[in-house]
Amino acid sequence: MSKTIAPLSNVPGPENITSFILPNGIRVFSFHNPNVRSMVLIGILGGGARLDTADRVGLAHFTANSLSRGTRDYNFQAFHHQLESIGANLSFGCGTQHAWMNAKSLREDADTVFYLAAQGLRFPRFEEKYINRLRAQLLAGLAIRDQDTEERASMRFDQMLYQGHPYGFPVDGFTETIQAINSAEIIHFHHRHYHPEQLTMVVAGAVLPQRVKQLTEKYFADWEASRQPDAPIPPLPQPPTQLLQEHTTLAGKSQADLVMGTFGPARMDADFLPAYLGNHILGQFGLMGRIGKIVRSQSGLAYYASSSISAWADVGAWSFSAGVNPANKDKVVNLIRTQIAEFITNPVTKEELTNSASHLIGRMPMSLESNEGIANAILRMVRFDLGLDYYQNYASIIQSITAKDILVAAKKYLNPDMLLISSAGP
Amino acid sequence: MKINHKTQTHHLENGLTVLTREMHHVPIVSQWIWYRIGSRNEVPGITGISHWVEHMQFKGTPSYPIHELDAAISRNGGVWNAMTSLDWTTYYETLPANKIDIALDLEADRMTNSVFDINEVELERNVVISEREGNQNEPLFQLSESVRKAAFAQHSYATQVIGELVDLKAITRADLFRHYQDYYTPNNAVLVLAGDFDTAALLEKITNRYGGTQSNSVRTPTLLPEKTINQTAVIEKEGPGDTIYLQISYRAPSARLDDFFSLLVLDSLLTGPSSIAMFGGGSVSNKVSRLYQQIVETDLAVAVSGGLQATIDPYLYEILAILPPEKNTKQVIHAIDKQIAILQDNLVKQSEIDRAIKQAKALFAYGSESITNQAFWMGYASMFADHTWFDTYISRIENITPAMVQYAAQHYLDPSHRIIGIYRPAKKEGTLH
Repeated sequence: MSKTIAPLSNVPGPENITSFILPNGIRVFSFHNPNVRSMVLIGILGGGARLDTADRVGLAHFTANSLSRGTRDYNFQAFHHQLESIGANLSFGCGTQHAWMNAKSLREDADTVFYLAAQGLRFPRFEEKYINRLRAQLLAGLAIRDQDTEERASMRFDQMLYQGHPYGFPVDGFTETIQAINSAEIIHFHHRHYHPEQLTMVVAGAVLPQRVKQLTEKYFADWEASRQPDAPIPPLPQPPTQLLQEHTTLAGKSQADLVMGTFGPARMDADFLPAYLGNHILGQFGLMGRIGKIVRSQSGLAYYASSSISAWADVGAWSFSAGVNPANKDKVVNLIRTQIAEFITNPVTKEELTNSASHLIGRMPMSLESNEGIANAILRMVRFDLGLDYYQNYASIIQSITAKDILVAAKKYLNPDMLLISSAGP
Repeated sequence: MKINHKTQTHHLENGLTVLTREMHHVPIVSQWIWYRIGSRNEVPGITGISHWVEHMQFKGTPSYPIHELDAAISRNGGVWNAMTSLDWTTYYETLPANKIDIALDLEADRMTNSVFDINEVELERNVVISEREGNQNEPLFQLSESVRKAAFAQHSYATQVIGELVDLKAITRADLFRHYQDYYTPNNAVLVLAGDFDTAALLEKITNRYGGTQSNSVRTPTLLPEKTINQTAVIEKEGPGDTIYLQISYRAPSARLDDFFSLLVLDSLLTGPSSIAMFGGGSVSNKVSRLYQQIVETDLAVAVSGGLQATIDPYLYEILAILPPEKNTKQVIHAIDKQIAILQDNLVKQSEIDRAIKQAKALFAYGSESITNQAFWMGYASMFADHTWFDTYISRIENITPAMVQYAAQHYLDPSHRIIGIYRPAKKEGTLH
């Protein structure tokens, strides 16, 4: 009944992504989507939380969030008046690996958004008044986080997994570190880590590639390259060799949240996709895969129970999470461990493999329907060096994965007797 | 561009309303089925039953047994889920256009054939209670639950959609199945499809699947809409943490009224623009808004936001402020009241309204760019008005005048008819005050 055959033009690839590099090193990728009125601009650059030190955890996050608090040409009020008056959004933040920016506007307002993005990245004011106001906001956010059982379980899991390594630091810091950070440190961090050589920008939406190039050159071309090398990141710790369980007690809570797991493949490892597809069978497919089936559907022990793989370029984590009544926590832990034991012992069935592969392939057009989806797909291809034809070849890549590939990956990373288990709740 | 923004309405003989909108720019179809059943229809003793029935709709039919049901959509590359709200329950599937038959089959089947196996009911009781326990972990849920109880004398909007724990422990399989049979009927449903299909061919398939389904008479609740909050009250709660939450709730008009749009613009001026679409698409910050300027830029609070839901009966307009523990809630309330008084006593400039209109247009564009969102909007609007509410959304906002905003401030934000909820950190042992 469909009038159209899957249109290749909707899947970003070499023939519909336009890219260029400015002399200062900024890489820009754009995808024209004529079906919408809006455009999305996203970007990553240095300045991730991995650069934080133990006594200043949260500095990268604090710095990124300061970028929209007034710039060279606009004070705080004028900056946001410009944005909000046109119904646009522009925010800056950071993850463990990178600082990021994220903007959205109607197509006719692209110039304003590029201008303000450049202002924020290049010329933040870092006024003391706004740094202190932001500090109060960040501290309030930490106070809320510290009462959130899911956040606390997850945060402690990361700390247990990375054992003091910066990858295990909470991006948003701790109360005492945010209180200690001063404006000079923020200014220094920005000066040291925000440089054009590391900036990658992606634009998707109702803006033509020529216009993207024009706007990028207009606002970013004179940003002088001056990057110094980052300090080396410490070596990663070894995976757990036994079961290690910790509970964070939070008074006044009804439910406990549970996060357990270990290291997983890095995004650029050859066994990432087998592990990813296997994880889909284990804890994602349908109502949260095998884990959801046993914990929620068959045992009624949790509202949610699933597994996930998160991966950076150099390391990944394979984790299992659930929200449970405290009385059922040990039962759920054991059910998940039993599922892991089965998963590393026997290959997934042909039906499971076919079902999950079909789902991942079939949902791709949906994930690429929005400007955000397209922009993030392009950024992912660039960031992890997957090749700009990755999504065009995605179906065949996924279909080539065998049950044996999954079993090999599962055995490599998972062991039900070597897991870190973090819970938080009453 | 091949987006046809024309909605076509069809009515089957059994009362099922079908809304379609062809959009051929990507090979995707989104199907939503909306039932006019939500917590609004519930009474004490069965609170939470609509939401629980929604859970049971994933527990299988003879044709799609449990686990086959969720696998059917997923293996065909689809995403799906369901939601229960005050006035409605909805189920959706978005999937490749050439796989739409499976979604049509599944929804038509579970409109009448869900099993409600007793063992599954008991397992799901634990799941729903677990979901409620997860909600109870949140201070804002606790505060909101108390504020809503105070804001409604009789109306069922007083109760959280998830229901009271005592009811979740007591509801039986018979209660659930009766609720399902009473409300899951074609004449109580709106089926919405948007995406890459041919309408005539699609309608034939829909008629084949739903045409033989009998309609039932639907019990409509004898509810008296509560047009005002008949008191001013302060609800104080205490709990763990280091954060003060201040929630001020006023009665909001039904989404069917023009006043709703006036209040939408007023909210944009007070707390910043927000999309009432429940499926994202984008946001705009609120740092220029009057309350951000008056309570965040003055360091009385660290955040402020506003909330307005489109509902059948008058519900609530809520202002939420977040304060560090040492801050003074009275000062914040005073600052909010002062700003509201200014809006009550003065006409705002047209330029401010123009800004709100531009923001609403942008948010509307962001929120209606995906096929899933298009289908969502049509069905959503049909639950409290009809799909033309969605089609005329922008033009109705464009018609708002300074006088209408002033009237909304005077009529709806009356400080003598509101509930103030305050969640404070409990005093810690050994702490001097």
